[in-house]
Amino acid sequence: MSLTGIALILFLLFHASMNVVALISAEGYNMICGFLGANWYAVAATVGLAGLVVLHFIFAFWLTFQNWKARGTDRYAVTSKPKKVEWASQNMLVLGIIVILGMGLHLYNFWAKMMLVELVPCTGNHELATNGVYWIAETFSCPCYTVIYLVWLAALWMHLNHGLWSSMQTLGWSGKVWFNRWRAISCIVSTIIILMFAAVAVAYCFGYRPCDFNDVVNVANACHAGGLC
Amino acid sequence: MAKNISVTIKFWKQNGPKEKGHFDTHELKNIPDDTSFLEALDIMNEELISEGKEPFVFDHDCREGICGMCSLYINGTPHGKTERGATTCQLYMRKFKDGETITVEPWRSAGFPVIKDCMVDRNAFDKIMQAGGYTTVRTGQAQDANAILIPKDDADEAMDCASCIGCGACVAACKNGSAMLFVSSKVSQLALLPQGKAEAARRAKAMVAKMDELGFGNCTNTRACEAVCPKCETISNIARLNREFISAKLAD
Repeated sequence: MSLTGIALILFLLFHASMNVVALISAEGYNMICGFLGANWYAVAATVGLAGLVVLHFIFAFWLTFQNWKARGTDRYAVTSKPKKVEWASQNMLVLGIIVILGMGLHLYNFWAKMMLVELVPCTGNHELATNGVYWIAETFSCPCYTVIYLVWLAALWMHLNHGLWSSMQTLGWSGKVWFNRWRAISCIVSTIIILMFAAVAVAYCFGYRPCDFNDVVNVANACHAGGLC
Repeated sequence: MAKNISVTIKFWKQNGPKEKGHFDTHELKNIPDDTSFLEALDIMNEELISEGKEPFVFDHDCREGICGMCSLYINGTPHGKTERGATTCQLYMRKFKDGETITVEPWRSAGFPVIKDCMVDRNAFDKIMQAGGYTTVRTGQAQDANAILIPKDDADEAMDCASCIGCGACVAACKNGSAMLFVSSKVSQLALLPQGKAEAARRAKAMVAKMDELGFGNCTNTRACEAVCPKCETISNIARLNREFISAKLAD
């Protein structure tokens, strides 16, 4: 659980760093999208990533089932939460399910229109498959999507904020000194990741576009007018 | 200056591990607020007996916070809202308001089946200790006091870990019914000292295996255990146990 979690956090760091390019250069971002298109290494990495998510998901449900059994059949009539117990730490499964649901939407919004189109012809517009900024602008021009993504990112922040230090604790790389350090590192890393993701969504929602955006979109619109395949 | 208060005790009644339990209530009137909570329960039992009712069963022994026998979940907190680092027997009636209803429940965990009312079977902890919570005679005879030099910090930390009284509040508070704080404290008290290192790998594996076998849950680092521990054990012990366990498994 902790190993798959750390691997997924490293992926998120990579993904978020890539996304920030969409704020600087449309052409640069599309170049990355082309680089990570239907190339063998990108497909292999995608399969590996999907495997990590599935493993993380299976472990989460298996552990939750074991813990539910260990709790016994009777529940306390009165409960109180100590101050040092964070809500997120007790609701990681709930947060994880929100993250998975958000991921489904994200795959529909982007992956299905980009890598999937390249892999399976006739599932969308092939010319737009590597035009990442076009899909970012298209998705976040709708404020509803932006709000949904921000809620999703808030859940992801809570999940990561607890998950990172908790992973280190589980791997034994913690102690009296490192406990507070890992808590601080978790907060900083998860905040950076979420801010990078959120910045792109909010900026595009409020109409921000990089200076070379129009050139890229004009090509995209021309392709879009051409229809599917 | 002590004043008298009246409270309603809402206590858990259950005839056995497989029986269905329920709450009963009893009004305690004019109890001096310097009465300990367990003394108040004694008074309640005397009143119940005089009324021809069955007394309320609960665990207790030393009543000075060192034996770990008292184990009541009071108003949603193991050992009640005592001062930090205190057990049920060190809880006084002055912590409650006049007219308050005090809900008393047993530790609820599959690893601690109810024997009767709020008395639970904590033999599971003894079984975990029997699995490896000791140094065997084969580690050699007792050394002279200064023959093995131990840094003061290590000795202090080992002593802190050894102060775990095995009351089970950690399991009671954990939403996963995990015994990791108990096991890690018992592993740490030996792992921190040279005498314990010889059998560290075997100990960590055996105690964790026994804990899993007895049906305790997994640690998800919610920190509820350390928040309620009457001996202020910390989850840095759990990190140490994880370290010991992973090292032992990798060495296999």
